[in-house]
Amino acid sequence: MSLSRYSFSQIFNMLILPAIFDTLWMLVISGVISVALGFVIGVIMTLTEKGGLCENLFINRVLDLLVNVIRSFPFIILMISIIPFTRLIVGSSIGDTAALVPLTVACTPFMARIFQNSFKEVDPALIEAAQSWGASKSQIVFKVMLKESVPSIISGLCLAIINLLGCTAMAGAVGAGGLGAIALTYGYQNFNETIMYSIVVILILMVAFIQYLGDLLYRKMK
Amino acid sequence: MIEIKNLGKTWPDGTRVLENINLTIQDGEIYALVGRSGAGKSTLLRCINGLTDYQAGSLKVDGLEIKSLKDFEIRQLRRRIGMIFQQFSLLERETVYKNIALPMKCWKYPDSEIDAKVHALLELVGLSDKADAKPRNLSGGQKQRVAIARALIMDPKILLCDEATSALDPKTTHSILELLMEINKKIGITIVIVTHQMEVVRKACEEACILENGVISAQGSVREIFIKQPASLLRLLGEERAKLPSSGHNIQIAHLLNHKEEGKLLGQLAADFNQAFPIVSGKIRDFRNDMLGIFVINIEDEYLEPVTRWLDDRNIDWLELSAANNINETEAD
Repeated sequence: MSLSRYSFSQIFNMLILPAIFDTLWMLVISGVISVALGFVIGVIMTLTEKGGLCENLFINRVLDLLVNVIRSFPFIILMISIIPFTRLIVGSSIGDTAALVPLTVACTPFMARIFQNSFKEVDPALIEAAQSWGASKSQIVFKVMLKESVPSIISGLCLAIINLLGCTAMAGAVGAGGLGAIALTYGYQNFNETIMYSIVVILILMVAFIQYLGDLLYRKMK
Repeated sequence: MIEIKNLGKTWPDGTRVLENINLTIQDGEIYALVGRSGAGKSTLLRCINGLTDYQAGSLKVDGLEIKSLKDFEIRQLRRRIGMIFQQFSLLERETVYKNIALPMKCWKYPDSEIDAKVHALLELVGLSDKADAKPRNLSGGQKQRVAIARALIMDPKILLCDEATSALDPKTTHSILELLMEINKKIGITIVIVTHQMEVVRKACEEACILENGVISAQGSVREIFIKQPASLLRLLGEERAKLPSSGHNIQIAHLLNHKEEGKLLGQLAADFNQAFPIVSGKIRDFRNDMLGIFVINIEDEYLEPVTRWLDDRNIDWLELSAANNINETEAD
């Protein structure tokens, strides 16, 4: 298929713009799910660690191992190796929706670590102070640990989301849409440099924007 | 009332932190737990509000055995026990107002009640104009005032202070102690102070106990402890007892020096016996409300009986220190 008879603005409207929305869609959905799951896992890991509020070394070690194992997969391998699981969940292994599964699976442990590390930075003396007035465990998590670590969580999430953006591009390799797929198909396989470099520029802009937003929020929250 | 009987605590690895602790803290008292770092005083303090457990003995707060309380009962008890810390432990990202309100928020009091209470406490600690400030914009003393307000918000009966003045300069320490004493007087709250600063004990506390390696090595009224100067006190102060003459009797006299008249005591003694007794050691210290002079004079055998009678007649605390005492205590270490 030749694109030479189309102008750049046509190509942009036909191919690139929908791809941007696909990428954003994957980014937002898998981002939101993995933040939610990562938060839960991060909280559990923090509470169950040695000296934590609900010390349980067994659960802690299992989660720690799980997080390490998943994080040691290169994303492209992870994506392929969990295809049966993806099929089980969304009924297919191809397409944007199918890509959400490996994206979420890959990003959740990353998010969990970010939450865990941010909670670790909260001064234990603060948690003790909260206990001293009889705060419950959930109050300590939400009113003290989460409140105090918001800036650190924001800068961590910013990092994770940029990482996730990179993963969405790789998801293009197994049939998901988005900028990655377009860049691979038209840029790599068709040698269309215009499209490829346009996408590179768009990705750079997206990363810069996410980082800018993250920095802005961080300063505001600090 | 806090009653501690034969309390003992060991860490899970078997190290003994506290052993055979016996003490009673009366309602409305300012009590000091003194000792060097690692003596177990902060641990003992945390036993009182159940932040840490103990294996042996009993600890009762108003008749409730802490060890036997369930999780929720412990939380209920802690509502009545405020606590302040060395590093203030404030939420850095919240305003002063929200920091103070947090305990009441956790216990789901209505906002109107919280608001009234926070403002009253800001007034009490002298920070009415700082309600919207963030802790990082406050000085150490102001942060501790915020922490005190937070600790008082649920109208506790007991306030625990864990090295609350250790991170503050002497002047600020003084003002925080004044505040604690004022609160103690105003609302009759029991205050337990953990500290390694003897000036804190002297200035603010009525009763004290000295902890050394997890055991109580001296306890009683602060005045009494300073008058008797047990070896543990001297070790804590890092002072060596003055070398006393080995001949004659060394009589330590402790008396108030609040008025000029009282400063004449030793002169009076000399005049009455027509004999100048050499002073072999002496210091003047300020206490809670008093100035106390502690002097050691050396007297010959023949004067022992009449001089001590003279002191007894005037109700003056005295104590014979033996020169050998020094050596014995050093060996006992």
